[in-house]
Amino acid sequence: MKTTDLCIIGAGPVGLFAVFEAGLLKLRCHLVDVLPQVGGQLSEIYPQKPIYDIPGFPSVNAQELVDNLMEQIAPFKPDFTLGERVDELSRQEDGSFIVTTNEGTQIHAKAVVIAAGLGCFEPRKPAIERLEDFEGRGVAYMVRNPELFRNKKVVLAGGGDSALDWTLFLSNVAEKVTLVHRGDSFRGAPDSAEKVVRLAEEGKINLILKSNITRIDGNGHLSEVHITLHDKTINTIHADYLIPLFGLSPKLGPIANWGLDVEKSAIKVNTEDYSTNVPGIYAIGDINTYPGKLKLILCGFHEGALMAQSAFKYIYPDKHLSFKYTTVNGVHGF
Amino acid sequence: MDFINITIEDRTGERKELELPTDMGLSLMEALKANEYRILATCGGMALCATCHVEVLEGGDRLGPMSDPELDMLDTLPDAGPDSRLACQLRINDDMNNAVFRIRGEEEE
Repeated sequence: MKTTDLCIIGAGPVGLFAVFEAGLLKLRCHLVDVLPQVGGQLSEIYPQKPIYDIPGFPSVNAQELVDNLMEQIAPFKPDFTLGERVDELSRQEDGSFIVTTNEGTQIHAKAVVIAAGLGCFEPRKPAIERLEDFEGRGVAYMVRNPELFRNKKVVLAGGGDSALDWTLFLSNVAEKVTLVHRGDSFRGAPDSAEKVVRLAEEGKINLILKSNITRIDGNGHLSEVHITLHDKTINTIHADYLIPLFGLSPKLGPIANWGLDVEKSAIKVNTEDYSTNVPGIYAIGDINTYPGKLKLILCGFHEGALMAQSAFKYIYPDKHLSFKYTTVNGVHGF
Repeated sequence: MDFINITIEDRTGERKELELPTDMGLSLMEALKANEYRILATCGGMALCATCHVEVLEGGDRLGPMSDPELDMLDTLPDAGPDSRLACQLRINDDMNNAVFRIRGEEEE
């Protein structure tokens, strides 16, 4: 098991800067992020977009800000676990925490900082009657192991790139592939769309356009998919698996199960130190809420500074903490 | 200050007319939130979450074309129709006057 002083969940700009503020107080940090790279939204979604409200930077590209933050925190040698989602957080008797990821990585931390931004991106679920009854029993929102579908009857739903790509891929694996799309054309990669249409013309897959899956049935495991066609008639087809592919939507995810006070998908904090209702767990940046909250990077930086002071006192209740300026003392890394 | 009027139909089917300023650079999502409609708007207006999904019942032809991010997002939605738009991508301006929108996105808890 890895050990650290602060485990920071989320490696976006606010999580990264928290390493600096913690480092000034000689607290070591371990960051975990579900994305394979640091930077959160900035790197993943808008790396080339300019940001205009970082004090001292009239304009800075999102990725440049992330790169600068990485340089700024380098002296404090943070550890990273990337591409893994924190699933469990358990408070120990001594007030420390064990953080466990979906890959089984465990981190023992003296305090935890949640800087998870929008949360995790989870598959969007369509309104299909009895959909949730068959999750894990024939309904899968992503293709983890294509072999699962070998020689099976598979129905895919959706019209985006992933629906097209998996239809093409599974057409060589499954016994029968049906793609149901509510539209009559595909906006996805023209090449993939063309191939899907050709396979349908050749009778190698079943393509049902201008239609929606409205209900599924089965006895313990999915066996039937009911499709409402354009003319409102219902077509029932046999299926072993249904894969709805309707993109990802940001959700709080496992954080909702950690006993924290949550309001409107955000964690309530005390603005004195950005602590949550659970001692030793802090929440900073877009993931938290309090009266007057603004979801701004600069507010997250401020929150990180106050959080670090309080986390130090939580970890070392008997130690005296005197506030020091970096202009006076410089930055002393590990 | 210039104003326009639009009509909003909420999730229960109730219609209400709103007077909105055109010179504040607001998006329809921001205007709806300011008028206490329960819109999640998780992503803050980046066409990422689709929780501000609206259906344009009247005046859609005057709203201007969709950007690629908006089209891509609507494309992935299971319940989008030909009149679907993302409120965060619509600027409040004179072209929107007398338009009618139905709120479709996920409701804020």
